[in-house]
Amino acid sequence: MSGAVLVLGATSDMAREIARAFAAKGHPIRLAARVPERLADDKADLETRFGVPVTLHAFDALDTAAHAGFVAGLPELPEIAVCAVGLMGDQAETAADPEAAARVMRTNFEGPASILERLADAMEARGSGTIVGISSVAGLRGRASNYVYGAAKAGFTAYLSGLRNRLAKRGVHVVTVLPGFVRTRMTEGLDLPDRLTAEPSEVGAAVLRGVEKGRNIIYVRPVWQVVMTIIRALPEPIFKKTSL
Amino acid sequence: MTVLSGWGGYPRIDTEVLRVRDEADVARALDGGPLIPRGNGRSYGDSAIGAGRTLDMRGMDRMLGFADGVLTAEAGVLLSDVIEAFLPRGWFPAVTPGTRFVTLGGAIAADVHGKNHHLDGSFCDFVDWVDMIGPGGAVRRVARDDPGFDWIRGAMGLTGIVLRAGLRLRPVESGWIRQEVRVADTLDEAVEAFESRLDAPYAVAWIDGLARGAALGRSVIAFGRHAARDDLPPEARTDPFAVPRRREVPVPFHLPDFALNRFTVRAFNAANLAAGRRAEAKGPHLVDWARYFYPLDALKHWPRLYGRRGFMQFQCVLPLETSRAGLAALLDRIAAAGLASPLAVLKRMGPQAGRFSFPMEGYTLALDFPVSDRSLALMTALDDITDGHGGRFYLAKDSRLPARRLAATDPRVEAFRAERARSGADRVFASAQSERLKL
Repeated sequence: MSGAVLVLGATSDMAREIARAFAAKGHPIRLAARVPERLADDKADLETRFGVPVTLHAFDALDTAAHAGFVAGLPELPEIAVCAVGLMGDQAETAADPEAAARVMRTNFEGPASILERLADAMEARGSGTIVGISSVAGLRGRASNYVYGAAKAGFTAYLSGLRNRLAKRGVHVVTVLPGFVRTRMTEGLDLPDRLTAEPSEVGAAVLRGVEKGRNIIYVRPVWQVVMTIIRALPEPIFKKTSL
Repeated sequence: MTVLSGWGGYPRIDTEVLRVRDEADVARALDGGPLIPRGNGRSYGDSAIGAGRTLDMRGMDRMLGFADGVLTAEAGVLLSDVIEAFLPRGWFPAVTPGTRFVTLGGAIAADVHGKNHHLDGSFCDFVDWVDMIGPGGAVRRVARDDPGFDWIRGAMGLTGIVLRAGLRLRPVESGWIRQEVRVADTLDEAVEAFESRLDAPYAVAWIDGLARGAALGRSVIAFGRHAARDDLPPEARTDPFAVPRRREVPVPFHLPDFALNRFTVRAFNAANLAAGRRAEAKGPHLVDWARYFYPLDALKHWPRLYGRRGFMQFQCVLPLETSRAGLAALLDRIAAAGLASPLAVLKRMGPQAGRFSFPMEGYTLALDFPVSDRSLALMTALDDITDGHGGRFYLAKDSRLPARRLAATDPRVEAFRAERARSGADRVFASAQSERLKL
């Protein structure tokens, strides 16, 4: 029997496909979101398709004081925890409204880092487990179009890297996922290039594969590694004049 | 705006695409002007391209429960997902079209048929109920025996949007089909073969569309039934649902327009016929479900074989009384034109059901043609023959029928329009096809 998989931020399109990928392998699934009632149909879907037990849990990424209690209240310490919490926000709005900016920074960095810290401690004590953080290529270099989001994701990526380093000899593995463009609710209406844009189901398959193979950093579509290597290599005097 | 086309790649039309994920998303979308739901885009022409807006239903793809052989699922669930989840538990779709990559909603909207229509009817005969959202946004559950159901099945999404359905599956003992192949050297032999085997659960014929004269209607007929566990060799009985996984072979790019010509198609047809004769000589044998029901699914992006311009499919059904004469006239005209159509399929259908569903008792013939002026002219000639023999056309395949032809061949159109006007659906649901056909 495979161990339980906890999916944080389970209402997103990516989270749904990640849950499906693990359920298909027989893992019991714990779905966590702010309003777990909204996940009733997703629970039914996983149970009907894959015949695995699924439970729903209330979880607010921004309510960091409650995170320790949330972990203690789970049916078990999960074998795998996936954090798919995220908020793109609107760059213009986040620039104009400090509260909106704080919400983007807290949702993409502070909240995920807080909950994963609690899970990491418990997994370290147990001596096993895998933590998966869904970060973003936007965190690899700040761009004018979404630098608040990008900065928060950069923080999260650095956090995951540090966590991986800390737990490497403790039996706990950390996977950083940099999905690139994905056709989700978050990117609805954006004109995305087909070659660079993954379906949520590709993310699910990539995360499952990354966990099974113990990968450290995964891009969903390999082409993104090339794209980001180039973008990161651009000298700042040139980069600052681009509109990527 | 997004340019969308059907499976045939023709026509290509600008539309605004909205992905919906739940009932509330659909209800909200109804206010913004005419739209049509779209499943996995496997209808061939313009049925699932909105006149204005298109609702992408693939975001509603949750299975909600399974009890007593009935699967409750959202409209965007694919038949391939149903097979993946339920064949290992001993269940298979009771009716399936020639591809498994269709959504339940699309299958209901087109009331698709399979190789068993003569015995079992069409897809909606196994849909116990649907939850449908009407033009006003009200959601109601319509059972199959409710008269309202007849305005949903085969209505191409033009009377409302199916959100969820209860689909009755068929219990099977294995993932194998016990197949018997007959090669018919003439059309008469082919029809005779169908008529003498009406008790065969599945029957489908591939026709050589280039054969003329005495060989007109030359075909390979595959009869089949689900294999029982005892039909399997002993070593397969421990896991009767496991079948060899075939790799999908992609057609990597659009072939040039001349790739399919009468010589390559003739070679293909000769090979197909030879394979049919070998299979016939084998007697009854086992083939796995994917090979039997979905040979083309293994060839990913197969429409690219037809080149960039895409292809059109002609599919009509002729009443039983006129079938022989009508099929002979159609095949004669097709062979005379010599237009490449390697995929020509003949099936026997059972009685009509519902108010607007395609099937009627008789024979249905389906052929692909590359998009060209010559093909269009040929298809008009085929329309004339169909019309002259009391036949009608399958909207899920259509991309070019004129409105007056549809009205002339299908007297049900008038009542369908009246029902759309009565319910107010004509102001909310419209596809490129419904505009063209003035539905």
